[in-house]
Amino acid sequence: MTVTVYIPAPFRRLTGNCTYVEGHGQTVAELLDELKTRYPALGDMLQNEAGELPTHIHIYVNNQEIHSLQGKATPLNDGDEVAVIPAIAGGQDLTPEQTLRYSRQIMIPQVGSAGQRKLLDAKVLIVGAGGLGSPAAVYLAAAGVGTLGIVDSDELELSNLQRQILHHTADVGRPKVDSAQETIARYNPDVRVIPHRVRLTSANAMEIIAQYDMVVGAVDNFVTRYLLNDACYLAGKPYIDGGVFLFEGQATVFIPGRGCYRCLFPAPPPAELAPSPSQVGLLGVLPGVIGVIEAVEALKLILGLGESLAGRLLIFDALAMEFRQVSTRRDPHCPLCGDAPTIHELGDYEASPSSPLAGHHEA
Amino acid sequence: MTVTVRIPTALRKLTADQDRVPADGGSLSECIDSLEASYLGLKERLCDEAGEIRRFVNIYVNGEDVRFLQGLASPLKDGDEVSIVPAVAGG
Repeated sequence: MTVTVYIPAPFRRLTGNCTYVEGHGQTVAELLDELKTRYPALGDMLQNEAGELPTHIHIYVNNQEIHSLQGKATPLNDGDEVAVIPAIAGGQDLTPEQTLRYSRQIMIPQVGSAGQRKLLDAKVLIVGAGGLGSPAAVYLAAAGVGTLGIVDSDELELSNLQRQILHHTADVGRPKVDSAQETIARYNPDVRVIPHRVRLTSANAMEIIAQYDMVVGAVDNFVTRYLLNDACYLAGKPYIDGGVFLFEGQATVFIPGRGCYRCLFPAPPPAELAPSPSQVGLLGVLPGVIGVIEAVEALKLILGLGESLAGRLLIFDALAMEFRQVSTRRDPHCPLCGDAPTIHELGDYEASPSSPLAGHHEA
Repeated sequence: MTVTVRIPTALRKLTADQDRVPADGGSLSECIDSLEASYLGLKERLCDEAGEIRRFVNIYVNGEDVRFLQGLASPLKDGDEVSIVPAVAGG
């Protein structure tokens, strides 16, 4: 039988820098013997002193770990894909369970076990455990982001369940951070959840944000959105923003120094022009789409992969089923991150005339 | 000049639920007046009493924010796409 063997980055120097090599054998054991013959140095990595497969090396046949099949006796068929995945990165081992749990993404060459280690070491703050925060938290947790902070001061209401998939019917009346913590633990016990059962304010934002690498904004109002924008910029943390209204959603990423929410929208609309979803309704799956996009952006930032949404505003129109994007940029006149900034610390965001939201009433 | 204007969900009740409408004008300002002639009330959603673009609504020409072009004086040419993008806060 002829199979394709995926060689992970750490081992490629042992196979002439080939990512994929051809292999032969009726079983995994025969394949390993054949690989050892052709690539002796690789062979040394694939057996311990007793000649057995080391516990930190995992072999997958068509994406299934061989211990869940027939071990080294697992039969091979022509065209099978075999992957050799070591569970070592930066001197810190992934446990065999972690290697299996995250195997689908560890197999991705751009992620690997080193990328998985980055995810496990990452600390992401999600502000809001509602429609956007729920899907973002679930996917980040499932991917093994090691520390998730969740900020939410609310208790769950029955009408939240139409979209807020972190919570369940029995949780109605409970603090959302509590049900969020329990749900995430059921998805992935690797994840440390830090509940912040508070409303984000000027008094607590800097202290909370300082504990994390980046922030996923999942808030449902403009006051908190501007506060969060300012706090992230002042703290030097990437801010992934998402918003939804009726059938439309927006997502973008703000990297400090490359523009902020104030550069994009200098002032929020007056309240009468900015009805909340509780007043006008919201298709529940819409924040699902946008929250998942925010999670993708967080994972990309952690892994250092691809092109982030920094410099672009992604617009999703569910009715047309269309994604569009427009350019965003740093505004030299921005009061926060412009050339002559006037905002140097968090102020009063509610309504005071001296508020950083003073523009609110000019608009 | 005939351009296509992309209408956000929030303003579609003014355009009979159309998500894109044609408009005319050699500049953004003329384009907005053309929109107002067809869809009464649209202009005041985009511009304040002084005639300036409201600070919570962005207008893009071919994906570029007109605040970084020439604002209401930004020139338009046949086939341009004008996008109206309001800030949305729901979550």
